[in-house]
Amino acid sequence: MSKINRYKKDFPIFKNIPNLVYLDSTASSLKPRAMIEKAQEYYQNYSANIFRGLYPISEKATQEYEKTREAVADFIGATRPEEVVFTRNATESLNLLAYSLICGRLKKDDEIVVSVMEHHANFVPWQQLARKKGLKFRVIDIDDQGYLKEPLKSINRKTKILALAHVSNVLGTINPIKEIARKARQISPGILIVIDGAQAVPHLKVDVKDLNCDFLAFSAHKMLGPTGVGVLWGKKNLLDNLTPFNYGGEMIKEVHLNRSTFEASPYRFEAGTPDIAGVIAFRATIDYLKRVGLDKIRQHELRLTSFALERLKEEFGDEMKILGPQKAKDRGGVLAFVFKDYHSHDVAQILADQNICIRAGHHCAMPLHQRLGLASTSRASFYLYNDEKDVEKLIKGLKKIDKILGGTRHE
Amino acid sequence: MSSIYQEIILEHWKRPHNYGRIKSPSKKTSVHNPSCGDRLKLEILFNRGKVKEAKFTGQGCAISQASASLLTDHVKGKKAADLEKINQKTIIKLLGVEIGPARQRCALLSLEALKKIIEK
Repeated sequence: MSKINRYKKDFPIFKNIPNLVYLDSTASSLKPRAMIEKAQEYYQNYSANIFRGLYPISEKATQEYEKTREAVADFIGATRPEEVVFTRNATESLNLLAYSLICGRLKKDDEIVVSVMEHHANFVPWQQLARKKGLKFRVIDIDDQGYLKEPLKSINRKTKILALAHVSNVLGTINPIKEIARKARQISPGILIVIDGAQAVPHLKVDVKDLNCDFLAFSAHKMLGPTGVGVLWGKKNLLDNLTPFNYGGEMIKEVHLNRSTFEASPYRFEAGTPDIAGVIAFRATIDYLKRVGLDKIRQHELRLTSFALERLKEEFGDEMKILGPQKAKDRGGVLAFVFKDYHSHDVAQILADQNICIRAGHHCAMPLHQRLGLASTSRASFYLYNDEKDVEKLIKGLKKIDKILGGTRHE
Repeated sequence: MSSIYQEIILEHWKRPHNYGRIKSPSKKTSVHNPSCGDRLKLEILFNRGKVKEAKFTGQGCAISQASASLLTDHVKGKKAADLEKINQKTIIKLLGVEIGPARQRCALLSLEALKKIIEK
């Protein structure tokens, strides 16, 4: 199992911090050289605004920007590039959607369904939308193993929105979106299916046609891309009928003193100068992921997750409680855990002192932690640049926590 | 790398001073840090304008527990008016290490409780 990780060399940070053990890709991933260089290429060679300049460097920037749109569409199996809207991040994508839906479509007695395992970004916008419009807000529970518990029971003919994470950022659970979407549409033909793909798109092959969802949100920075770029994918006819979220430059058809008309999607949602460098650099990321292959990435993470589950059990047994499905194949490379009775802040801090980066807290999933009866957890997560050695270092680090904080406490 | 888990903090985490309840406290309060779930109850008994006893209960990380232990030691015998002078710097001095921005809230939870008690 102790092969040298062949992807590490593509990430300059490992050259700059050679002993870095980065186990927090669920929060944000590291960046490959190709992406960094692409951003630099824009800044050094054609750093003009898009869509408005008639001169060559603006045209070049516009072209590069639109090439990313095509690459993203292709990456997620979308029919048309115009279905890809660039935002700041997945959070903004979901907020844009919830906000735009307030203005039309929904009426009293309609229902919105989310799950208890959602990240706040796919929970609070819907909760607030429901409150503002007086809609019923239903929350799908989980079972003891961390799978969605009878999701279809929460759906009825009044359900207008079903918003679900493809992969949980805490439990790691991979939800059977395709099957849920198909059955949900049978129960409520007018339903809109919104998928939070923030933890799925970086790690699994996600195909929007295959899933048959209506909207998909994800962030570039969690998939080796730049910060400041997110995606909202939506079916073209749905996007074109949504109210704009931001008004301003680039989204306008005509402005008169007392009225305005707006561009079709995606431009109607891209008011103002976007993160041009970020969007352009994002294409280098997508090319990189394609070169490596998502199947390979998934296999790598699956192997690593199985290895970690096994090794942690071997070393710590019942003293280490790992949340979520215990079968590696049902989960992404996310391991949230409780180690003995140590506080997650202490766990993360003592690991940090050893250059091991994990996350501590509720991971923006308070409803889930409340459901589990836990105030906070520690979380280690994997990506293609992690390997068995990282897992062994984590184990060593955890043992050190025991050494420092262990022993009897006298309260 | 230097660690914040130095002797003082570890000592007070493993054997916290003043952990428990006061039978009939003059003042009591509780604070909560929802971002990590830390909870702290602080009780103080005044006698002739001075802190006679200070006790705490709660759960949290080593930093928040050690800081509560140290602070309850520190306030004993102090006049009520002097409690107002206790601030962030006092806590950091008591802990004996610099606390990074991510752990400030843990370290200052007990101070928050004390401030709340003073205001009451």
